[in-house]
Amino acid sequence: MDKLPRWADIALVPFINLALALIVSGLVVALIGQDPFEALAIMVNGAVGSSYGWGYTLYYATNFVFTGLAVAVAFHASLFNIGGEGQAQLGALGVALVCLAVPWPHWTLALPVAILGGALFGAAWAAIPAYLQARRGSHIVITTIMFNFIASALLVYLLISALKAPGMAPETVRFPEGARLPTALEVFGAIGIPFSRTPLNVSFIVALIACWGVWVLIWRTRLGYEIRAFGRSEPAARYAGISPFRITMLAMLISGGLAGLMAVNAVMGEQERLIQDNVLGAGFVGIAVALMGRSHPVGVLLAAILFGALYQGGAELEFETSVPREMVVVIQALVILFTGALDGMVRSPLERVFLTFRKQPKPGLAPETRP
Amino acid sequence: MSFVDIVQILDSTIRLATPLLLACLAGLFSERAGVFDIGLEGKMLVAAFFSAAVAAVTGQVWVGLLAGVGAAMVFALIHGLASITFRGDQLISGVAINFLAAGMTVLIAQDWFAQGSRTPALSGDARFSSIDLPFAEALSGVPYLGPIYAEALSGHTILVYIALLAVPATWYILFRTRFGLRLRAVGENPGAVDTAGVSVTRLRYAAVMICGLLTGLAGAYLATGLAAGFTKDMTAGRGFIALAALIFAKWRPWHALGACLLFGFLQAVSNRYSTLDFGIVQIPNAFVLALPYILTVVILAGFVGKAIPPRAGGQPYVKER
Repeated sequence: MDKLPRWADIALVPFINLALALIVSGLVVALIGQDPFEALAIMVNGAVGSSYGWGYTLYYATNFVFTGLAVAVAFHASLFNIGGEGQAQLGALGVALVCLAVPWPHWTLALPVAILGGALFGAAWAAIPAYLQARRGSHIVITTIMFNFIASALLVYLLISALKAPGMAPETVRFPEGARLPTALEVFGAIGIPFSRTPLNVSFIVALIACWGVWVLIWRTRLGYEIRAFGRSEPAARYAGISPFRITMLAMLISGGLAGLMAVNAVMGEQERLIQDNVLGAGFVGIAVALMGRSHPVGVLLAAILFGALYQGGAELEFETSVPREMVVVIQALVILFTGALDGMVRSPLERVFLTFRKQPKPGLAPETRP
Repeated sequence: MSFVDIVQILDSTIRLATPLLLACLAGLFSERAGVFDIGLEGKMLVAAFFSAAVAAVTGQVWVGLLAGVGAAMVFALIHGLASITFRGDQLISGVAINFLAAGMTVLIAQDWFAQGSRTPALSGDARFSSIDLPFAEALSGVPYLGPIYAEALSGHTILVYIALLAVPATWYILFRTRFGLRLRAVGENPGAVDTAGVSVTRLRYAAVMICGLLTGLAGAYLATGLAAGFTKDMTAGRGFIALAALIFAKWRPWHALGACLLFGFLQAVSNRYSTLDFGIVQIPNAFVLALPYILTVVILAGFVGKAIPPRAGGQPYVKER
């Protein structure tokens, strides 16, 4: 870690990684016979060129902030929570149960309870893999993958049996009017600013608060310190009296709870009923977002907005050209590959470059000092 | 449920177990050498697409098979580069490979065929045809065993029999050859292998490439044997079921056969019956489909025997300097 100056570690390496991912993506676009620069222009314009684009970009970003924070918190404890997808599905169940339980009079009452419901169900779904990891040593990656499939089977079953609304579609009845969250259109409209009709809703604020909350948790509380210490070195943490069981459980419960919160945006804010495919891969996007954001809430927020723009831009690209929106999945894969798995490919040559520069510091020029 | 039903279910069990078995053995080689692979799904998917696409274009299923296996091996090479050469996180690399396959197959399918992310339906020489085992016709009259042999065991495509033969072959390679011994050692204690003067890198690459070959066969079977062409996301989680089977089998070849047949059987049953009605209890389809995952979690939890992965699994090997 010390081999690179701090700015290179948090800015230069991610930038090169991202640039490589985008260059390869451009090559892919060129390979299927489209102009990459034109495609980029369409995507940028579609994502941030109008209040409509912004609305969708930030709506998707809200989902990715929650799932990204979920992966990030687990990363701090050296746990790879790949089960965001399943935890978000269970969160959706929790939010739906809350919304359907009571004829809510106003959204300000429904929102806090829905947040609680989503977080609780998401956390519960993470609790079993966490327990198995902490107590039985079962690899958390495998168990959380398995729990993704079990979650989706559970939802499929519930939506054709107990929770099914009358009719053909496997979905619940529509949530009561009082559980509807105000959209950006209504919020901005109230203060006289015109905004397009998009699914962007007040959950975005909840996502910003969650970012701040995670920052406080990780860097300003005792628990956060323990999570980071445990993540860096389990033997050292154990020696310092930190219980591995407690940290694994708490980190995963928080992680699952954050993933579950995604449903407040997607299910309560946009779909307004529980359907089968309510997560749509956002749980996995969270992995890319957390990797790109270096598990820091600010980084996660920026990466989530970037991925939100990619998703919205990808939809526009499909609309305007013959490039299917799966292009976004390719970009996402390349971002995960270059910032996650191939990080060493960029990092070690850079370290060598910085080391050679450091050997002969020029007089009068402040060297990148090491303590 | 009549005897004919049972034979039909056994027949489709073998069909559905084949891709699982090939992918499971693929994972076995990789993980025994200490390289975790959650990208089985992606490699199968990319092989399914390229085998179907090339078979559709050339009309020759064998050319398609080669293309599919080649594509899967390219993806395996990416995984090898990331996790062996650049010592990246093997799990993250696997995730990336799954997404890369999911996106690229649709992208190229749309570009080549413009039929909504699918290949044209394959027929004739562009598909693997079924093979009748010797004496299948003659023995079909034998009560009980005859129909099972003639209907369930005979009449599959060549890849099914290759998959079944791959089980003893895998066992032989891993437990009766020098290469196999070294491969298993590199998954348990790469330092010791290195000290003995054997290249850890080369062994791990060999394992990862064998993994690519086998996932390639699995994907090609899906698109040209089981189905008649590629459709978007056609692996449908099979790579993860194979991973589950691998853990269920505790990283052993013969047990892998058993686990894959069991999970194939569960798929066959849930395809055939929407609910299982046992009179007293009714088991919903969703539960049968989720059963492989639930069983794997139970095994992982160590309540029914403990699943212990190869010790050096997931860790990149750093040579001492």
